[in-house]
Amino acid sequence: MGLSIERAVAGLALVALTALAGRAGAATTAPDVLVKNVTLEVIGIVKHDKAMRNGDRKKIIDLIESKVLPHFDMRSMTATAVGLGWRRATPAQRAELTEQFKTLLIRTYASALTDYSEQKFEFLPLHMSPGDTDVTVRVRVVQADAQPVPIDYSMERTADGWKVYDVSVGLVSLVATYRTEFGNLVRAQGIDGLIRALKAKNETLEQSGGRDGK
Amino acid sequence: MSSGVKLLLPALAVLLVGCASVPNPDPRDPFEGFNRGVYKFNEGFDKAIAKPVATAYKDVLPGAVRNGVRNFFSNIADVFIGVNNMLQGKPREAFSDWGRFAFNTTFGFLGLADWATPMGLEKHDEDFGQTLGRWGVGSGPYIVLPFLGPSDGRDTVGTAFDMYTDPVSNHTPVDERNSAITLRLVSRRADLLGASRLLEQAALDPYAFLRDAYLQRRRNLIYDGRPPREREADLPPEEGSNGPQH
Repeated sequence: MGLSIERAVAGLALVALTALAGRAGAATTAPDVLVKNVTLEVIGIVKHDKAMRNGDRKKIIDLIESKVLPHFDMRSMTATAVGLGWRRATPAQRAELTEQFKTLLIRTYASALTDYSEQKFEFLPLHMSPGDTDVTVRVRVVQADAQPVPIDYSMERTADGWKVYDVSVGLVSLVATYRTEFGNLVRAQGIDGLIRALKAKNETLEQSGGRDGK
Repeated sequence: MSSGVKLLLPALAVLLVGCASVPNPDPRDPFEGFNRGVYKFNEGFDKAIAKPVATAYKDVLPGAVRNGVRNFFSNIADVFIGVNNMLQGKPREAFSDWGRFAFNTTFGFLGLADWATPMGLEKHDEDFGQTLGRWGVGSGPYIVLPFLGPSDGRDTVGTAFDMYTDPVSNHTPVDERNSAITLRLVSRRADLLGASRLLEQAALDPYAFLRDAYLQRRRNLIYDGRPPREREADLPPEEGSNGPQH
């Protein structure tokens, strides 16, 4: 039981694999199509790029930033993860939190992207009515050596196209999982304490990332 | 298993003594001090023994052999997954699980191959803890079990049932049983080698991260991935509501 949860957490990393589609026409692309296009595009790129497969982190991070990130509503994700503290945060603190949280997610995903690039993806049919502005796009990662991992993208329709505001991997919501951790830090050390902790974490990842690379 | 539990008691007593108050009490985790102790113990055990053994297992044995081992134990588990589906009032799923078992045990060479999945008989994830949840039993406090990791009051009872009914744990002779249990654990741990590294990377406080992930996942499993939604209610209002202007 304890083991399957770790797998779920690991799967959070798979999120990186979902990018969303090319920029042009994004506003009208259906959410499921968007998820599919970007996932396949990013996987395709990693598969054919030897440097990335060998763990060239800088290249992978660039790829995530250019292809995946534009389809995430990072501000909304950060706001929900920070929870009540967000209301008290100044605009500068909000910007800093969003930046650091984004960096943390990218770093984590980058580490996993090479590991998971060999997997196959199944895109489940989307249940959506014409007027819906909030949908869940379901994807499953089929692994050769394990049970399939479900990835659910919670997406919201914005003026700028569909944006991801939460991701659940193995039935664990990324945003909700960070919520308690962040809440504890804010209560103990305030917003600046949370920012400091995120920064320190990112620096550690930056330093170790290059070395144990794979 | 029970002799192992007896051996553990002194270790647990030591951990309990180390139980101190924690800075941010979480209502779902009243024994956090104790739980963190067990978590640390589990980490130590994993680092010293489980992980190195699993790494060696993965390095030495070819993927085909490891797949066979995984499928074999997975197939045995399908019997009680079916029982749990039946207890939860899902006979279709139950028969599908038993169909999987029948098919894989025969055509899949005693379960070494999983032919049922590609045929469209999906593998399910059920256990007694989920059945209890489905019956309305509350989760109780979060508990980290020695060796087994995250659990809660309900799932601890469920896990005890799972073990009691587990065909592998009930196998005789005992030495075969012990080898089988060990092999199953090593196989599971080996599948998670990438996972533990990611947990370290993603979490500021791996203990809290794992706890929250566990509680969420169990809740979702009980509802087979579609729990009643509760998150919008406590979402912070969108920006603009900040400050006194409204």
